[in-house]
Amino acid sequence: MRYIEPHAHMVSRTTDDYERMALAGCEAVCEPAFWAGFDRSSPDGFFDYFSQLTEHEPKRAAKFGLKHFCWLCINSKEAEDVKLAEEVIALIPKFLGRENVLGIGEIGLNKNSRNELRVLEMQVELAAKFDQLILVHTPHLEDKLKGTKLILDVLKSDKRIKPERVIIDHVEEHTVEMVLDCGMWAGMTLYPETKCTPARAIDILETYGAEKIWMNSACDWGVSDPLAVPKTALEMKKRGHLANAIEKIIFSNPKKFLRQSPNFKLGS
Amino acid sequence: MTKQQVLDLYFLDARHKLIEIAAFLDRVERADGKEDFRLKNFRTALAKLDGKKKNRAKNVLLAFSDPTIKPIGKATSKGATGAYSKIK
Repeated sequence: MRYIEPHAHMVSRTTDDYERMALAGCEAVCEPAFWAGFDRSSPDGFFDYFSQLTEHEPKRAAKFGLKHFCWLCINSKEAEDVKLAEEVIALIPKFLGRENVLGIGEIGLNKNSRNELRVLEMQVELAAKFDQLILVHTPHLEDKLKGTKLILDVLKSDKRIKPERVIIDHVEEHTVEMVLDCGMWAGMTLYPETKCTPARAIDILETYGAEKIWMNSACDWGVSDPLAVPKTALEMKKRGHLANAIEKIIFSNPKKFLRQSPNFKLGS
Repeated sequence: MTKQQVLDLYFLDARHKLIEIAAFLDRVERADGKEDFRLKNFRTALAKLDGKKKNRAKNVLLAFSDPTIKPIGKATSKGATGAYSKIK
């Protein structure tokens, strides 16, 4: 069973995780830039992080036969400081030409503040200016509904942004419909405690269809499971989904979206 | 899947989770001190499980969600509690 892990923070994971993912059938892993669990003290910290994502991590993944791709941005948890955000955003264009960069992400909102919204708009502008794909992080728990609405308003108001080139991640039952109705892609994150369980993710697929949806583990330094995607594929099999329907969700759909970036190339 | 197949696959798991919720409510009730907005949200969400209503998962999530539409002035924390309160 081959699959693509479209959202994983591998800088926080061990080489054992790379090995287990490869053994489970993973062919490529895509890593959005996100919060490190602490605030960086300067733009230099982001420069080093972007270098890690574009230089070091692809080599680590390659040792296990995995292609590694990444997304670049300043994340919403560090977006309250607008001056810092401006300086970090100014760094990004020089990295966009690197061969494993897929686009701008994961941008979005965390607590739905005015400054977070301003930084989101700045990064949507960056994506539009450089014709980049966009990957969006929606807020956690009680903030998700409001944040998703605010994010969609920003994206829909910019006519340069093509909805089919945007994925809104971490959708749940109360946000998936509004995302799909906008013509954007929806990502379901499979977490043990928050976001979607495998059973609920499959419920969403059965309810809303499988045309513009993918699943990811979003594994990072917190409670998360790098094998969440293949485990959900197994759950789909237990529920009677056919092999081609499973492959569509875990391989063909992410490939269809990601290959809109010229940098997304799988091996032979 | 048929209803029988869904029950075969998920009944024991759902039963286990339901008992955990019951035990959680008993645990809170036995404890000293005051409740906060989270338990109020939780009880509102529980009411969404009414047998006649559809979209229960969506409605439970909505019961825990911030219903306002304007951005807040400033983010003073990074985390989320899982429940909405006008005053935190």
